Amino acid sequence: MRYEKPTSAKKAADLLAQEKGAAFLLAGGTDLLVKLKMGMVEPDLVIDIKHIANANEIQITPKGFRVGAAVPGARLAEHTALKKAWPGVVEAANLIGSDQIQGRCTLAGNLCNASPAADSVPAMIAAGAKAVIVGAKKRRTLAVEKIALGPGQTCLEKDELIESITLPKPAPRTGDAYLRFIPRTEMDIAVVGVAVCVTLARGRIKSARVALGAVAPTAMLVPAAARAIVGTRLEDDALEKLARACSAACSPIDDKRGTIEYRTRLAGVLAKRVAKIAFARAGG
Amino acid sequence: MSKATLVSTFVNGDAVQFACPTEESLMTALRDRVGLTGVKEGCGTGDCGACSVTLDGQLVCSCLVLGVEADGREVETVEGMAQQGQLHPLQEQFIEHAALQCGICTPGFLVAAKALLERNPNPDETEIRYALAGNLCRCTGYDKIVRAVQAAAKQMRSRR
Repeated sequence: MRYEKPTSAKKAADLLAQEKGAAFLLAGGTDLLVKLKMGMVEPDLVIDIKHIANANEIQITPKGFRVGAAVPGARLAEHTALKKAWPGVVEAANLIGSDQIQGRCTLAGNLCNASPAADSVPAMIAAGAKAVIVGAKKRRTLAVEKIALGPGQTCLEKDELIESITLPKPAPRTGDAYLRFIPRTEMDIAVVGVAVCVTLARGRIKSARVALGAVAPTAMLVPAAARAIVGTRLEDDALEKLARACSAACSPIDDKRGTIEYRTRLAGVLAKRVAKIAFARAGG
Repeated sequence: MSKATLVSTFVNGDAVQFACPTEESLMTALRDRVGLTGVKEGCGTGDCGACSVTLDGQLVCSCLVLGVEADGREVETVEGMAQQGQLHPLQEQFIEHAALQCGICTPGFLVAAKALLERNPNPDETEIRYALAGNLCRCTGYDKIVRAVQAAAKQMRSRR
């Protein structure tokens, strides 16, 4: 196994493009090293992206925020402006693993590992986050919900890596939130995760984005759930419609963490709770 | 096995060089090449926290870090906690409160608790339990560990 630490995303993309064997990107390594240990992957090349310029930086830009692909969860928690703008995204990222894992785990890694239960992904989707992708020949930007294609699979080409995640500057009176359900209070994988982002005008929800995790092959945006609450003040009937729309969007698996029936119902219950938090954060 | 790569790092304040294959974890490198066996292997997959160290001040599981990643960086292990033969207040209070039985998890708990107290000198019980959720102990039931951390925090605050 060769180990490279390129200093630019382009150089990393070139290494990916040229590699004939199995190449893997290393950011926090909290998934890759487990797979290595378990013998699930046998890399010929590991490309450490932490030495890429700005990979470890959170930058405030005219359009919002740029989070480098190697920024660990613990650093997101320390960034006051990011936390104020997108508390749901930061809270979701901070739910991943222990403090030890937070020292390493990244938004880009959580996204590219493409687990359906990745906590930060529904929150990023609800917030309208985008992934800045660098390839050997071209760059492109894609909405976060377009990255995962299925469990462990992304749409990234062989020569592509995510250089950063961007989050927009929130419109006035916007609030976001994420909750997951787990059997324990810490250190577990979501049975269901729900993220909601709302923007208010004159006390009513003007626009909304609702995303679900752990109830389908990928985290996903649920436009019907957003439509259920747009124009409302989250009155009881709006919350019921939201819950029904979320449950209707579910196509979960049965496993030790929850049955199909349980996950489907839980998605609706959690969505109501999350919407209330997002609404309150937006000033509603 | 890849050929060994030379890694120059600082461990507990001392410049240390070791050569390790690229796929070797920092945990294994610290234990087998640097001789710091206070770094314990529990699960090897980031679930138990027994291999906790800090890397440039950030608490991590050394089993989830490649040895080669430590090049040019600063590593702190449990062996660096006692200063001039004087145990760290956390170590003193773990003994005082009998916050260990078999002891395998203890170095990881000490390193994680030290990281917590540097960030939050006066954590309440809930904060301690969340901060140490990544460290598993099958002996104590955690209560004595929480009490020991609280006592150490108090001792450290009174010394300031």
